Amino acid sequence: MNRFGNVLITAAAVLVLVFGVSGMAAAQEGPIKVGVAGAHSGDLASYGIPTVRAATLVVEERNEQFGGIDGKKIELLVEDDVCKPEIATNTATKLVSDGAHVVIGHICSGATKAALGIYNDQKLVTMSPSATNPALTQSGDYPNFYRTIASDDAQARLQVDYALKEMGLKKLAVIHDKGDYGKGLAEFAKKFIEDEENAEVVLYEGVTPGAVDYSAVVQKVKRSDADGVIFGGYHPEASKIVMQMRKKKMDIPFISDDGVKDDTFIKVAGEYAEGVYATGPRDTSKNPIAKKAVEQHKAKYGEDPGAFFLNAYAAAMALLNAIDVAGSTDYDGITKALQSEFVATPLGIIRFDERGDAIGIGFSMYQVQNGKYVELEE
Amino acid sequence: MDWEYFFELLLGGLTRGSIYALIALGYTMVYGIIELINFAHGEIYMIGAFTALIAANVLTMLGMNELAVLVLASVVAILYSAAYGFTVEKIAYKPLRQAPRLSPLISAIGMSIFLQNYVLLAQTSDFLPFPSLIPELEFMEPIAHIISSAEVIIILTTAVVMILLTLLIKYTRIGKAMRATAQDRSMAMLVGVNVNRVISTTFVIGSALAAVGGVLIASHIGMINFYIGFIAGIKAFTAAVLGGIGSIPGAVLGGMVLGWTESFATGYVSSDYEDVFAFALLVIILIFRPAGILGRSTTQKV
Repeated sequence: MNRFGNVLITAAAVLVLVFGVSGMAAAQEGPIKVGVAGAHSGDLASYGIPTVRAATLVVEERNEQFGGIDGKKIELLVEDDVCKPEIATNTATKLVSDGAHVVIGHICSGATKAALGIYNDQKLVTMSPSATNPALTQSGDYPNFYRTIASDDAQARLQVDYALKEMGLKKLAVIHDKGDYGKGLAEFAKKFIEDEENAEVVLYEGVTPGAVDYSAVVQKVKRSDADGVIFGGYHPEASKIVMQMRKKKMDIPFISDDGVKDDTFIKVAGEYAEGVYATGPRDTSKNPIAKKAVEQHKAKYGEDPGAFFLNAYAAAMALLNAIDVAGSTDYDGITKALQSEFVATPLGIIRFDERGDAIGIGFSMYQVQNGKYVELEE
Repeated sequence: MDWEYFFELLLGGLTRGSIYALIALGYTMVYGIIELINFAHGEIYMIGAFTALIAANVLTMLGMNELAVLVLASVVAILYSAAYGFTVEKIAYKPLRQAPRLSPLISAIGMSIFLQNYVLLAQTSDFLPFPSLIPELEFMEPIAHIISSAEVIIILTTAVVMILLTLLIKYTRIGKAMRATAQDRSMAMLVGVNVNRVISTTFVIGSALAAVGGVLIASHIGMINFYIGFIAGIKAFTAAVLGGIGSIPGAVLGGMVLGWTESFATGYVSSDYEDVFAFALLVIILIFRPAGILGRSTTQKV
């Protein structure tokens, strides 16, 4: 009986696999199935629910206005992974066997990584609105993966590119505040500079947050003969360092991060803040699609949207657009469309690079000009 | 060897040391007289800086010139801080004078937390810009890239304050009363020294010095918030212990040694290990001279 049971289960599994795989080919006739995976319950649900809502809004609108894509209705398959890697693999298997054509998700980097291998084996395009771990795109292990959020190292990348290419700096001092955020960014910046041939890191130092003064570090920067400073950390330390540099008549560029792109920095450093560069998220408040998306959310759910809503909205739009352009749910077609077609989303007009990171999403360089942060044109 | 760099680090360390020393003087005076580590001292320094900021803003609005703003803001800060020091002693330490030594220590920590949160609630948790009240002196311009006018003034003030305090304690009536109280409180009382008044005076002088430090340092650094007293206080306390707590020249020497250690450690090794060097030095000095560099070791009478 026991052996017979095993045979039955195996047979069932084979059947599921066969139908699962053949289902992909056959589904060209049926509806287009979009999987939505992420944390929909548990303590991280607030990160996942907005994505479900964003996908629902985009899909409903598309179905109402155009009757889906090429006459085929779009269906959502919503699966919960509770942000746990061990559950995410089950979620992924479930979506694959239910015949999803593309997947929006997952939400947490760990769960996304666990699920990606399964989607990759099945050649399913997967797009996360929120997984920021740099390795997901940069390792090259997951050619099926895309995301509509900047990876953790994007700020450092932008800082280094701006310093080396736009400003032509050659010798950089990289300073950080020894914290997770600041040191993490500084390490990426250091690595990116070292990867370039015509630039070098002449000084790499951590400073103690809250110390009464930073004159010794400032003297060290001066002695290192750096032609620019990249600082990873928050505004209290940044303003002290900038003020001491300027008082010591050092006017080399000071480039920092989102932790410094704060009006308090300008208020405290005053005239010394002028000319300081800082990276920050691109301004989406004036984007008409973003405004419309937020209005739709308020009308349907009666409240302001939650975390990663606009990122998920952009992901859903980008995926539907790619299927539309490709004319099918074929993996190669979608991949080509994602990497070649620009699409207007709440986060701006975007397309994806070959690694899967969105071009046009992420951070801009800002500079303090006349007491205000001004977004610099690229 | 790059002598200019060495010299810059030396001056940087001197400024930093003077900052520590100005605050350390308050710790060491109070300890010398009632053997209490006044943890609220850093907060008095912070309150001095806040008062000076408010006063300076008001005076600038009234259209006064720079020098008048500096002098008047300092006077307001000194009076205000001295009043705080006086009150703190009356509320938190005087009722505990006969209690075991741990009680006033806990009371001091409580006072420190109370004052921090009081300023947090009454003012703000944000960093505030502090105007550079110390004018840039013109004859300093050629060497401004090595040392600024503000730094020179901080160093000079520390030296002057140390000399004045030493003279006060050695040659004045109140100084004599202070030394008597420090040696033996009940004996001093028996020979007619008003011990309560001596202790109050000590707190007032210490707090006034903290206010001077607050004005000068905040104006040099250019920003303040409610938390600056804590870190400055810890470092100044370390300096006081290093130099020999209870000793006035010791506090200044301790401040300098600490400032130089941090400055040279940053300059020649790495600022990642600034605090490691500072506290390693503290441990080494206390192993060889348990009472600090200039401290007197007192033998306990059994």
